[in-house]
This record gives sequence, structure tokens and C-alpha cells, in this order.
Amino acid sequence: MSRTSKTRPSRTKASASRTRPAPARVPARRVIVLVATRKGAWLYHGDASRRTWRVNGPHFLGHIVHHVVLDPRDGRTLLAAAKTGHLGPTVFRSTDLGRTWKEAVTPPAFAKPDEGSAVPARSVDHTFWLTPAHRSEPDVWYAGTSPQGLFRSADGGATWAPFSGINDDPQYRGWMGAQQDGTPDGPKMHSIIVDPRDPRHLYFAMSGGGVHESTDGGKTFAPLVGGMEVVEGFDAATITFHDPHCVRLCPSKPDRLYQQNHCGIYRLDRPSKTWIRIGRAMPKAVGDIGFPMVVHPRDADVAWVFPMDGTMVWPRTSPGGKPSAYVTRDGGATWKRLDKGLPKEHAWWTVKRQAMAADDRDSLGLYLGTTSGEVWMSRDEGLKWSRIAQHLPEIYAVETAALR
Amino acid sequence: MKVLIPSPLLSYTKTNRVEAAGGTMAEVLLDLDRQYPGLRFRVIDEQERMRPHMRFFVNGKQVFDLGLELRPHDAVHIVQALSGG
Repeated sequence: MSRTSKTRPSRTKASASRTRPAPARVPARRVIVLVATRKGAWLYHGDASRRTWRVNGPHFLGHIVHHVVLDPRDGRTLLAAAKTGHLGPTVFRSTDLGRTWKEAVTPPAFAKPDEGSAVPARSVDHTFWLTPAHRSEPDVWYAGTSPQGLFRSADGGATWAPFSGINDDPQYRGWMGAQQDGTPDGPKMHSIIVDPRDPRHLYFAMSGGGVHESTDGGKTFAPLVGGMEVVEGFDAATITFHDPHCVRLCPSKPDRLYQQNHCGIYRLDRPSKTWIRIGRAMPKAVGDIGFPMVVHPRDADVAWVFPMDGTMVWPRTSPGGKPSAYVTRDGGATWKRLDKGLPKEHAWWTVKRQAMAADDRDSLGLYLGTTSGEVWMSRDEGLKWSRIAQHLPEIYAVETAALR
Repeated sequence: MKVLIPSPLLSYTKTNRVEAAGGTMAEVLLDLDRQYPGLRFRVIDEQERMRPHMRFFVNGKQVFDLGLELRPHDAVHIVQALSGG
């Protein structure tokens, strides 16, 4: 894909459910669902009731797209992290909801190491995660890459530069580990979080390599792994053994974070530095292993997970072939299964860490994408699910945004 | 010199045969990037290494050295190699 391209929209309708939505108490803004896959990206535009979805795409057909995010600060700028099997990683930007795209002039790329550097040179394999910065920094974005690297753009995604000193810091490089310490398609920098109260307060997570926090605008970071467990037989004091899968901050209570980890589900209430394993309250037969973590935008006691089988050889599929979300409404003290409308058996789904999201409507909508190419949604916080797309390539990420 | 462009890069060049100048492979790639901004980073990474699934041939012979000297009438082929399904 060159620096600029156009995508023709299609009017194909996805399936609609007959379920009557709950009465809206917040003025409805139309929802767009941004689906990133191993073979391109698709945008699903919902009608006001979120019953019918107009598909727009494919964008970047054949590209490996790890993340597509719409900037909530302007409601129209899209960033897409893409590469192909042959071509190196880049970032595309659209300011007209995907009608046209423009390639970054300088995509995320590691610096060349200084002569005599103790750490070996690295190249970005793919940009994995995109996070818009604080509202007071309208053109600033952060990106996390594989292998793990933190990057920043100050011009809306046109040019990117290494951010903070961690990319080449010998201690951080040690914590990032080697290729063997990451996921099968490379170690990931993810869950880049900006405190809505303070643009200088940042978090990120690494698979593997733990959760980290900065209070000085990224100048320095420090591990935040207290209470987090690691695989049995390993030392939890070793940062590289920590494998957070997804970390989310509660917008309504920014001192609260939830985390889905390789070793359980956690909650952290700052200023505490000790994560509490709230996944212990999950049903034993299901366990508390999974990839995604979703928080309610207006109620910090409410969060959702989508458990997977983390036993034996780690199939990472829905336990027993029976997919279900689980919700807590009391900060993790109790969990409730939410599988109405989902397949009852023989559905061996995997939902990746970026592939589950909420909208901001009331009643809240939930969305998830499977590696088998289906997108499902619920208009009532997970009480009932319906499928809105199928036959897509392997889904890597599902994000939502409200259109103005 | 003439450079054969593989299909993944046609969105940059719009044609599979282009002209580029340079005394080495590295200079030819810089000239291609000058003409078609963004192309070089898609085939050469930030550490000046050829990306894993891109291959470079000069007069039918595969080359691995970006410093390789070229003559004006050499034929450069950039080729996409296997990269999975």
C-alpha cells in the first residue's frame, strides 16, 4: 500500500437481531466497530439502534493489520497499524473515516545502537498497539511494537520516534527478554494507558515483561507487578517472567485498573502497588485465564473477560468448546456467566487481547471478534449476544468509537 | 538502470519497471525512495538489513550486500519471496 489510497465503501448489511434494545438514557451516538484482521481491516457502521450494521471494507486487503483506532479527541481520525508478509511495518492515517488513507512519513522504527552498545540492534516487526494521548495533547499518539518498543508521534501519526529511554535501556531490554519470552508471533508492547487526569501518568504492559508505570511523562518507568503471579516454579521477582495479556484503566475511577494475565485476573486500586487476583472467584471449571479485559466506562465495579482454556498445552480456546463472557459487577468479588445467544457447544473460539471492546452507549454494547473471523455483539452489557459478521480473516483487534 | 518492481510495491510505483540511479544497491534504493517516498522502509529495515521476504537480484544473480557496486546498465530485480499463507 502506498502513501495514499482509496477504499470504496460497500452497502452490504450484516445480520440483525430481533432483540429489543433497552431504552436509551444517554443521547445515542452512532457506533462504528473497527475490525483489524490478518488480511485487512473492516469498519462496521451501526444504525442508531445498533441493530443493522453497514460494512465498509476491506481496507488494506492482504495486509496484516494489528490495530485500528479512531481518535476520540476529534471523532474522525483513524490510525491503522499494518504490514504485509513481504513488506515492513507502517502506520496509515485517515481523516475521512477510511475513504482515503495516507502512509506515515516515518513509521515506528528503532534507533541504530550507539557504537559499543551493550544491547543488540532491533528492527520493528510490526506495530501492535495504538493509543491516543491525553485530551490536552490533541496530535499525540503512542505506539507499542513487536519486539517491545514504545514510540510517540506528535503530529497525528505522520512521524514517529522512539519514546522514553526504555527501548535501549539495558535493564528494560533484559526485562523484555528474547524472542522465546514473547508470544508466538513476537513479544508485544501493549496496553499503553494515559491517565485521563494527568498526561504525564502513563502505564504500559509487555508480553512478556510485566506492567510498568511512569509519573514523569515517560522520562522514567518502573515495574508495577506486586501481587502478580507467574508460571509455577518461576520467581515472581523476575520481571521478565510476568505476562500481562491486557490491562485497562477505569475511566470513571482512574485509580482502578483491571488486568487479564497469563496467570489470572487482577484488580489494582492505586495508590496500592499490589494487584489482587480477583479471578480466584471465577468458576473452577472455567478458570481465570484469557486474553481480553473490558471495563465499563461509567462504573468501575463492572468489568468483563472472555475465558480461554489455559490447561495442559494451552489450547487458548473457549473452555469445553462453550464460549462465554463473564462479568463482575462488584469489582471482582463475584462473576456471572454471559452466554445467551452464543453457540452452546463445539465452538472452539479464541478471542485475542485486543479483540473485545465496549461502546459508550446506555445500555452498553459489547463486541468481540474471533480468530475464526466472526464478530459478535451485545446491546445489553452481555446479557444476549448476536453475530454481526462472519467469514472474515483471523481477527486481531476489535475497537469501537462513537461518531459525532 | 532498470529496476523490476514486485507487485507488493506497485502501490508506490504504479508500474513494475522503473528507472533508478546509483552506484551501489544502497544508492539505488535511496533513489527509489526519493521517487516513491516510503518504499525503502518497506524493504530495508531501520538497521539497514534486507527484510526477510524481500530478495534482490542483479543481472539474475542474488545479492545480499547493499554496498555492492552497480554499473549503469545492470538490471536490478526486487523480488517478493515466500511469506506464508
